[in-house]
Amino acid sequence: MSSGRRDIHLEHLAAAAVGVCLAWASLCRGAETLVVRGDVVHTMAGPAITAGVVVVEGGKIRAVGPAATTPIPPNARELRGAIVTPGLVDAHSVVGLSGYLNQPQDQDQLDPVEAIQPELRAIDAYNPQERLIEWLRGFGVTTIHTGHAPGALVSGQTMVVKLAGTTADAAVLRPVAMVAATLGDSARATGDGAEKKSPGTRSKAVAMLRAEFVKAREYARKRQLADESKRPDPDLRLEALGKVLARDWPLLVTADRATDIASALRLAAEFEIRVVLDSAAEAYLLADQIKAAGVPVIVHPTMRRAGGGGETENVSFETAATLQKAGIPIALQSGYESYVPKTRVVLFEAGLAAAHGLSFSQALAAITIDAAKIIGVADHVGSLEVGKDADIAIFDGDPFEYTTHCTGVVIDGQVMSTEPR
Amino acid sequence: MVQTLWAIGLAVAFACVPALAARAADSCTAFVGARLIPVGQPEIAAGTLLIRGGTIAAVGPVDAVSIPADATRVDAGGLVIMPGLVDTHSHVGGGQGGDASGPVQPDVRILDSINIHDAGFRKCLAGGLTTLNIMPGSGHLASGQTVYVKLRKAHTIDDILYRDAGGRPLGGLKMANGTNSQLDPPFPGTRGKSAAVVRQKFVKALAYRDKIVNAAGDAEKLPDRDLELEALVDVLEKRKIVHHHCHRADDIITVLRLREEFGFDAVLHHVSEAWKVAPEIAKAGVGCSVIVLDSPGGKIEAADFSLVTGAVLEEAGVPCAIHTDDPVTDSRLFLRTAALAVRAGMTRGKALEALTLAGAKMLGLHDRIGSLEVGKDADLVVLSGDPLSTHTKVLQAYVEGRKVFDRDDPEDRLFAVGGFGASRDQRAESCCNGPTTVGAMR
Repeated sequence: MSSGRRDIHLEHLAAAAVGVCLAWASLCRGAETLVVRGDVVHTMAGPAITAGVVVVEGGKIRAVGPAATTPIPPNARELRGAIVTPGLVDAHSVVGLSGYLNQPQDQDQLDPVEAIQPELRAIDAYNPQERLIEWLRGFGVTTIHTGHAPGALVSGQTMVVKLAGTTADAAVLRPVAMVAATLGDSARATGDGAEKKSPGTRSKAVAMLRAEFVKAREYARKRQLADESKRPDPDLRLEALGKVLARDWPLLVTADRATDIASALRLAAEFEIRVVLDSAAEAYLLADQIKAAGVPVIVHPTMRRAGGGGETENVSFETAATLQKAGIPIALQSGYESYVPKTRVVLFEAGLAAAHGLSFSQALAAITIDAAKIIGVADHVGSLEVGKDADIAIFDGDPFEYTTHCTGVVIDGQVMSTEPR
Repeated sequence: MVQTLWAIGLAVAFACVPALAARAADSCTAFVGARLIPVGQPEIAAGTLLIRGGTIAAVGPVDAVSIPADATRVDAGGLVIMPGLVDTHSHVGGGQGGDASGPVQPDVRILDSINIHDAGFRKCLAGGLTTLNIMPGSGHLASGQTVYVKLRKAHTIDDILYRDAGGRPLGGLKMANGTNSQLDPPFPGTRGKSAAVVRQKFVKALAYRDKIVNAAGDAEKLPDRDLELEALVDVLEKRKIVHHHCHRADDIITVLRLREEFGFDAVLHHVSEAWKVAPEIAKAGVGCSVIVLDSPGGKIEAADFSLVTGAVLEEAGVPCAIHTDDPVTDSRLFLRTAALAVRAGMTRGKALEALTLAGAKMLGLHDRIGSLEVGKDADLVVLSGDPLSTHTKVLQAYVEGRKVFDRDDPEDRLFAVGGFGASRDQRAESCCNGPTTVGAMR
């Protein structure tokens, strides 16, 4: 949790206390008491509750339970719907960095100049006014793991944000979540003179990554030397890789071919780093190995396009289910889209996964609590539990049915929208 | 003795040929008990669909359709049957249109470049698509002639063409405006230039047509054949429909203006901003083929894409189809796009029509396909449940009464679900051999 968010909440409470709430009406809603009723409430922290209620105060969940037995504060604003779920968590996106216009001036997810740039921070590029944020939120998405995109060997850092707030600092939930790496064809050097730049092959890419980790390990050792004069100058790139080596930040490895997934597992073993596999179109070929390595997978969007002869040509609607059955922790994602549509919606990806082998609750977990765990924010979001952030999605039917609408979205206790979408 | 046996054998073999052929042509199948969605007519909760040979022989409630003695009876209780889906805008098969030599290439035919082995065709069937309009791209003002295909089991592209009475392949002309066709010279750099180039070409085509008319069949007076102008004359004479890529509201209006000037038939494709100019489109009496996407953006033209377009066009009375633009959306999820249009306000009836009959009309094929009506081709899909549900699967697809997809077949299932090898080229199958097979339903 960033200090920025906490400060804002304190500010609201203080304002209420001194009775200037009316002047702050639009900002104060985070502190208002809210009651959300659902014919069924999926808390994702226990069995679903029939005729359930969620009570919200000060931006946090104060009570969850059957409406009949849960004390409900009088005169509170009420929202209701057929199905109530935690606000949805998109385990991997580039929204906020890769703008919806898809023009050079709104594309900040990838700097092609250098192959390895783990020092690039997501928060310095995140645009909280991006139109796609409102689009995703309208479908119940309240938290996304976003940042530097696949497409370079190491493209930069990722972070976790709430889909609210007018500045990146206000939106951020976790300023650094992971360091984004890519193995495979799309990690090859691009741009002017690409044919003379590295990496040009898969083996070269892995060699470069190994060399950089070796260098970072050596750097970390020397930074600890007793003799200050022998310490190297600070180096942001090596510092960032040092965080990965220290297991503070996972390495998010986008890899679709089995060859590249195997390389990622090899790197994890060699450097004893935490790896989270991303996309992983052919993961079903290596389920045993992934399971044995204890590596979670943020599975590609279920509707990921196969193309022809590309790295995702063997993509399957059933991968999430296959990995789930193998006992591998999974989450679903909207992913990175380079053209039309500019983003997918993780709600729809989970719906299709639910139609292809995941149970309803497994699919919902893959975009709520399980996603929150993999991206490291489960203490705050992902389930409807007392004390957690009041992030809630309301639907007028089965959320996975195409023709159902999201009829309410709440973030930190603030009602963001009630227009059916 | 041996010779005699040979002779008998040959005689038997030859005798069987007409018998087999007759049986294939007349074979009768009754799907009994399914919920039938005829499109354009009310749904039938428990109906019988009778197909004889390649066409639909009867459609009605179970108690109203008598099943002939020679019919193969298939219990379809609990299942849903609707017409084979019609995609008015697909790029399946890796076909190409014009090259970089210029912005107007109406002489180029996509049928000369389609890879019939493309796994995409199998995925189309897995999505319930049985008729496609395969189009060249939108990087030209006119990128070439499109082709209408029926997804029979095919050996060559010729096996799947729709043809006119004279045997000529049916298709339209792909045109585009807006940003995709604005490139470095010799392509236009502005919208105004784009329209001017198109007008100049059509003016030439009018003059060419007049020369032909004035020659009155006199070979001496006929102009030299010009394949580009010939294709444009087909458009001016309404023998070919213009399938026009356009997103922005002003680009849509430009197409309507050109159409008014030159009098061709057109379908507006994609129409991201049609919701802004629905009354104008309605007034022009032009149909729209809508793309349904998961988000706006991805390019400037699609910045104001909205899911409400289908609903707004329906409200305005504009004929409305939905298309895949495969690979932009996945043909296997074609039903889903109609469901999303319903989510945003389109009626269920019009959304299902947008996947079938409305598209068939835009291709001029509605007398043959697009609805479950007696006399139409027996192109149909068998669904596990409601067509608009996330959980519904296409179980089987039939073209002209012949089963072309069966989810229970492991190979077909691979294309439906994806997995290892699901995108590789497939050996094409012969179009005309083998019995008309009708398998058991789940």
